[in-house]
Amino acid sequence: MQHKCKTIIAKLGFLFLMMTLGLTNALAQQEPVEMADVMRGNGKIYAVVAVCLIILFGLFFYVFTLDRKISKWEKENK
Amino acid sequence: MRKSWWKILALLLLIYTITAGFLWEVPRLPILNETIRNLYFHVCMWFGMMIMFIISFVYSIKYLASNKYVHDIYARSYASVGTVLGILGYATGAMWVTVTWMPDQHQSLGAVLKEPKLIGAAIALLIYAAYFVLRSSFTDMDKRARVSAVYNIFAFVMLFPSIWIIPRLVGSLHPGSPGSDSGNPALNKDDMDATMRVVFYPAVIGWTLLSVWIATLRIRIELLKEKSLLDAA
Repeated sequence: MQHKCKTIIAKLGFLFLMMTLGLTNALAQQEPVEMADVMRGNGKIYAVVAVCLIILFGLFFYVFTLDRKISKWEKENK
Repeated sequence: MRKSWWKILALLLLIYTITAGFLWEVPRLPILNETIRNLYFHVCMWFGMMIMFIISFVYSIKYLASNKYVHDIYARSYASVGTVLGILGYATGAMWVTVTWMPDQHQSLGAVLKEPKLIGAAIALLIYAAYFVLRSSFTDMDKRARVSAVYNIFAFVMLFPSIWIIPRLVGSLHPGSPGSDSGNPALNKDDMDATMRVVFYPAVIGWTLLSVWIATLRIRIELLKEKSLLDAA
């Protein structure tokens, strides 16, 4: 009987330990990691996206015209 | 315009990369913070570089097998675009380092740039730089093509120890080294969040397609040059 009690206490102790561990783990995860939430909140991030997209379009436009020019040369050289 | 569908695909994928890459949720991690989004740009440069160098390597072997001068032009053009991507990858990595490794490890930029991964990448790029120096030192076209094809194979093989193996053997702050317990962090499904993978893989394809496009433009210019030389002769 005593032995059984001991195992139960041990099991409960283990459970308690796991729970506290889990809790501290959860608390550690809740520690806020700084992100650019303000920038996202007031919408200014869209300006960054717009700027990058303009650069991308410009770059593609340039490569596009280069491609067309080379195609023209290729036709002339046939 | 020739075979334009994949060029348009490249544009669409990169529009998606920039929009989703900046706006979508990413995992909140200490040290990295928002800079985790650099994955869509910095890592894609290295992927693109690797793909360009693989294509260049294949054409060098093809040149040695067939002696067709066109293959030499292909190998050179892909190697040059690959080198540009490598330089961009290195520069963006150095930028990323200043806001993550440096404050976290309380180190100077000089100390952080001694990282095995960075030194390995620098060595790999210098080996490819030597490829272009070697090319320009020949006056004989056939000799240049043959020797540089052989050198290109060596340069490609040297990529593996310098950027893949050695940084994984010695300690490094870069993901994918011992301590971060992962092989290739970009391809390891346990290492990258699912929300990031849906942007990352299209980003790799988009940047690679753009690089291939630029390489084909170079090839076509070189072919035109060759043709006008032959016509003049």
